[in-house]
Amino acid sequence: MKTKKLLVLCLILIVAFSVSIFSKPLKIGFSQIGAESAWRTAETESMKATAEELGVDLKFSDAQGKQENQIKAIRSFIAQKVDGIILAPVVETGWEPVLREAKRAKIPVVLVDRGIKVSDPSLYVTLIASDFVFEGEEAGKWLVKKMNKKGNIVELQGTPGAAPAIDRKKGFASIIKKYPNMKIIKSQTGNFNRADGKQVMEAFLKAEGKKINAVYAHNDDMALGAIQAIEEAGMKPGKDIIVVSIDGVKGAFEAMVDGKLNCTVECNPLLGPLAFQAIKDALAGKKLKKWIKQNDEVFPMEVAEDVMPSRKY
Amino acid sequence: MAIKDLTRDLTKRIASSHIKWSLIIFFVILLFNFIFTPNFFHIEIKNGRFYGSIIDVFNRAAPVMLAAIGMTLVIATGGIDISVGSVMAISGSIAAVLIAKMDVPFWMVLCLPLVFSALLGAWNGLLVSYIGIQPIIATLILLVAGRGIAQLVTDGQIIVFEHPPFEFIAGGSLFGLHFPIIISFGVFLIILFLFKFTALGLFVESVGGNSEASKYCGINAGRIKLVVYIVSALCAGIAGLIAASNIKAADPNTSGDGLELNAILAVVIGGTSLNGGKYFLVGSVIGALIMQSLTTTILTMGVPVQVTLVVNAIVVLVVCLIQSKNFRDILAGIFKLDFRGLLRRMPLKGGNK
Amino acid sequence: MIESTPILQVKSLSKSFPGVKALAGVDLSVWTGEVHALMGENGAGKSTLIKLITGVYRRDQGEIIYNGEKVNFSSPREAQEKGISTVYQEVNLIPTLSVAENIFIGRFPPEGVKINWKSIKKSAEDSLKKLDLCLDVTQPLSSFPIAIQQMIAIARAVDFQAKVLILDEPTSSLDAKEVNLLFSIIRKLRDDGLGIIFVTHFLEQVYEISDKITVLRNGLLVGEFETQSLPRLELVAKMMGKDLEEFENTEKKLDSAVQVNGNRKNGKSFIQIRGFGKKGMIYPFDLEINKGEVLGLAGLLGSGRSEMAKLLFGIERADKGKIYIDKKAVSGSSPKFSIKKGMGFCPEDRKTSGIIEDLTVRENIMLAVQTRQGLFRKIAKKKQDEIVAQYIKALNISTPSPEQKIKNLSGGNQQKVIVARWLASQPRLLILDEPTRGIDVGAKAEIQKLILKLSREGMSILFISSELSEILRCSTRIAVLRDKVKVAEMMNQDIDESAIMQAIAEEDNGN
Repeated sequence: MKTKKLLVLCLILIVAFSVSIFSKPLKIGFSQIGAESAWRTAETESMKATAEELGVDLKFSDAQGKQENQIKAIRSFIAQKVDGIILAPVVETGWEPVLREAKRAKIPVVLVDRGIKVSDPSLYVTLIASDFVFEGEEAGKWLVKKMNKKGNIVELQGTPGAAPAIDRKKGFASIIKKYPNMKIIKSQTGNFNRADGKQVMEAFLKAEGKKINAVYAHNDDMALGAIQAIEEAGMKPGKDIIVVSIDGVKGAFEAMVDGKLNCTVECNPLLGPLAFQAIKDALAGKKLKKWIKQNDEVFPMEVAEDVMPSRKY
Repeated sequence: MAIKDLTRDLTKRIASSHIKWSLIIFFVILLFNFIFTPNFFHIEIKNGRFYGSIIDVFNRAAPVMLAAIGMTLVIATGGIDISVGSVMAISGSIAAVLIAKMDVPFWMVLCLPLVFSALLGAWNGLLVSYIGIQPIIATLILLVAGRGIAQLVTDGQIIVFEHPPFEFIAGGSLFGLHFPIIISFGVFLIILFLFKFTALGLFVESVGGNSEASKYCGINAGRIKLVVYIVSALCAGIAGLIAASNIKAADPNTSGDGLELNAILAVVIGGTSLNGGKYFLVGSVIGALIMQSLTTTILTMGVPVQVTLVVNAIVVLVVCLIQSKNFRDILAGIFKLDFRGLLRRMPLKGGNK
Repeated sequence: MIESTPILQVKSLSKSFPGVKALAGVDLSVWTGEVHALMGENGAGKSTLIKLITGVYRRDQGEIIYNGEKVNFSSPREAQEKGISTVYQEVNLIPTLSVAENIFIGRFPPEGVKINWKSIKKSAEDSLKKLDLCLDVTQPLSSFPIAIQQMIAIARAVDFQAKVLILDEPTSSLDAKEVNLLFSIIRKLRDDGLGIIFVTHFLEQVYEISDKITVLRNGLLVGEFETQSLPRLELVAKMMGKDLEEFENTEKKLDSAVQVNGNRKNGKSFIQIRGFGKKGMIYPFDLEINKGEVLGLAGLLGSGRSEMAKLLFGIERADKGKIYIDKKAVSGSSPKFSIKKGMGFCPEDRKTSGIIEDLTVRENIMLAVQTRQGLFRKIAKKKQDEIVAQYIKALNISTPSPEQKIKNLSGGNQQKVIVARWLASQPRLLILDEPTRGIDVGAKAEIQKLILKLSREGMSILFISSELSEILRCSTRIAVLRDKVKVAEMMNQDIDESAIMQAIAEEDNGN
């Protein structure tokens, strides 16, 4: 009797389980860093819109800029038995334990916009991101041309430890060091936000004054803060001091139209379609490239007005 | 002669007061800059106002200073308010949304965020004094929820605005001084006198020193606590307006992030004990200045990013050690130095006897 | 004495605090198997001496020889480990921890990393049993009355392999039965070969238990005496630094003052209390206090004396009854309200509900006046200084300056500051709950005199004390409480101590 009951129970469970697999829509967890910039909000919106389009059940979690929140979110995704996880990692390191848990649960993880450092590359399926080094190089090349291969540059770095901060610094420096007359005279972190960008630029202006010929900011928000600091110091951003940054958010295009920002290197945040496709491919057992690169584009201020209306974010 | 007497009296009072160590530390940092940072004390007039690193210190210290002023009073009652950063973000966000999305008169842009901040402070105060939740837990609720509220207000976005009257709060100047300097010192003076010229200060210290005994003296501890939490939130709210005005945008995610810790540190550096009781408003203001001068120094000197936090930590550690009497005694024991006597003798040189 | 040297010998010990020379060249010798009483007025230096011996303070000069070698303890803990245990006046245990944890805190039996709670519980019960205490040792300390907490503190101190036990006013919160119990323990410990230093203000107890007496005054050594050969009056005189005759004169003066006071009665009623009570605190009672009258409140510890006072002052809200002031019913019950109506209350526990340690003497005095004035009408500094100076002088408070922090004052002076706080608010009714506990003979007499003086000036006083002689000396009428019920009220002339004791004890006689 007992075994019979048990058998029936097992059967019911198996049926219920398989039904849940085949009939339910895809359940995907997305752990976002936060909403610290317009760029990131655009990325989130892209994810949500794509999910709706594809009929995917998207579990969204905002980590408010903290890695521990992201790790918690991933654990909860695993507990909820999602079909795939999309992760925008806030820092490069410290992900191995939680990703191993995901791997053990056979859940594919797709990284978006930032890379991570793990000893076992099989911990994630693929990385969909811009090449930050490339962005830094592009910004550097543009500046070299603009400044005629000479001048003093100050750099506003992103949050220490973040992949874009490290790579954008690396890419930029690799170009600048080829030109002996170009120098990065000050480099400090503005934590990717406007208030810190402004405060750091203020201090730079006090310390170096008129020696500064150009500012290179790792994102637009810091550049916008720096522009305010330059104006308050009685100088004209875009003319007295050249300002170049990365991301290409709406505020940056507005500033370029106003002639205050000289150039931004676009880093496209609309990663939704690519990310979901990658998870579907992984679930279908396809082999994916480890890095799906995006095409980034340089927008100098001269083209800003023409491009503005077509911008989605 | 009278002035000479006055200065001697003042130096004597400072030498015997609790704030002398924070003052000394502040001057040491300034002295360091005087020697090693070129142009640190260089002041010129740009756009009709003073411009220079030292002005930046006072200008940028405003938010921490404001939060520290409120925090001092809360700590004096034996409490703590870790929600100031979130309140600051909420206040700035409300102001930005009012400007950017709603057509309301300017006075409402100023008042509504502050009224809402005061309500949040009252919420903290009620939880602490009438529900009896421990202060750190009670304000932790708002620390966590507050950021969510700010994000809710702005829909998670950075709200950018153009509004010259509002931009005056951080961008304007009066008598050649940046307006935040005027605001923070104004608030400081108002609080100082409000608490000194009424019995509020005495009652705050009494409640913080021994709440049970205060009850026997007829002091309504609950109401006193309510007042200080409201004051603290109001100060944070003002800081929020300054921050929003400064970047012409409200950033609900990073605005005021870590403000509570900086404010607490400023209060402690200023000589107020976390156990409550005696408080030193002037000390807290100097504490805030110490921290900002440190930040400005690090930025101006070009300390590499990787070590800034370490440098910051080391200096704060040294500051706290010097503040500790035990440590000074040990140090004096090692070097056989009579710090106390040294200090007592210094201002009395050619003194009154 | 078999041994030729004392177990603990202190030689010309000195210690200064900012502005105060607390101890100057004091000697003390304690032998094994003796109870050595340490006597002196407040501020004589007893507490300082003990704190120097146990390493709480560092000495400026002098030496301490313990067990034949020079020692220099850096903490009470070190002293304790070497065998000098101390039980302080205020119970220095952790209220939220259980009794067992309190007894063993800081020295859990070393059985690896794991703490064996069972054996701790067992040995805690054992060490309490030695004091004839049977308690649930898993309950938090705070759930027991102060008297029991004190006993637990002693149990903890004894439990260390102590050679010297210091008892700093251990009896000040114990009732007679508990004191007897404690003394039997002290005798047992003495016979076991402990050297015991016993600090107290109760002369009776000194003569009952001690073998030798060392007297200190103003930080100086007055001398060491055999208890048997030192008459009581002479001891008091030595403590107070007065010669005998003068002392006897004050006693006489005091007594004649009492006489005058006892004759005055039937003034106009100030406050009438009808059916006042609160469940669990005190049963409903009636009480009437006239203008210029001292109403004594007698009863054992826990009989409801303090509870009555707290209810009257509005610290706790009564759930029954009415109060009439000047024959008019008043509503409202909070300390602030009571202060506005002209009441003042010196609570029993000076440290927790009286002084505010970090505030200055001036600020402590001004608190009640200021609440009476209201929050926004701050009293000007100049006026404050006047008031404070007046009361420092009137109450003979010894402090280097009004700006001294009150925690730096001796217990008796702290008490006077609290009295000053209430006098400054010029109350019509002053409630004094054990105002003379834990303070020395001189200060005690001063406070008693003050009570009489104030009542002569028309102030009503509710005087609570566990010393019957004191109540008899000062009160016009006496109310007696037993087990939270008011059981008797009598005029002073009609009675003596035995009458009150009968009223207190009635039930014990099988009523």
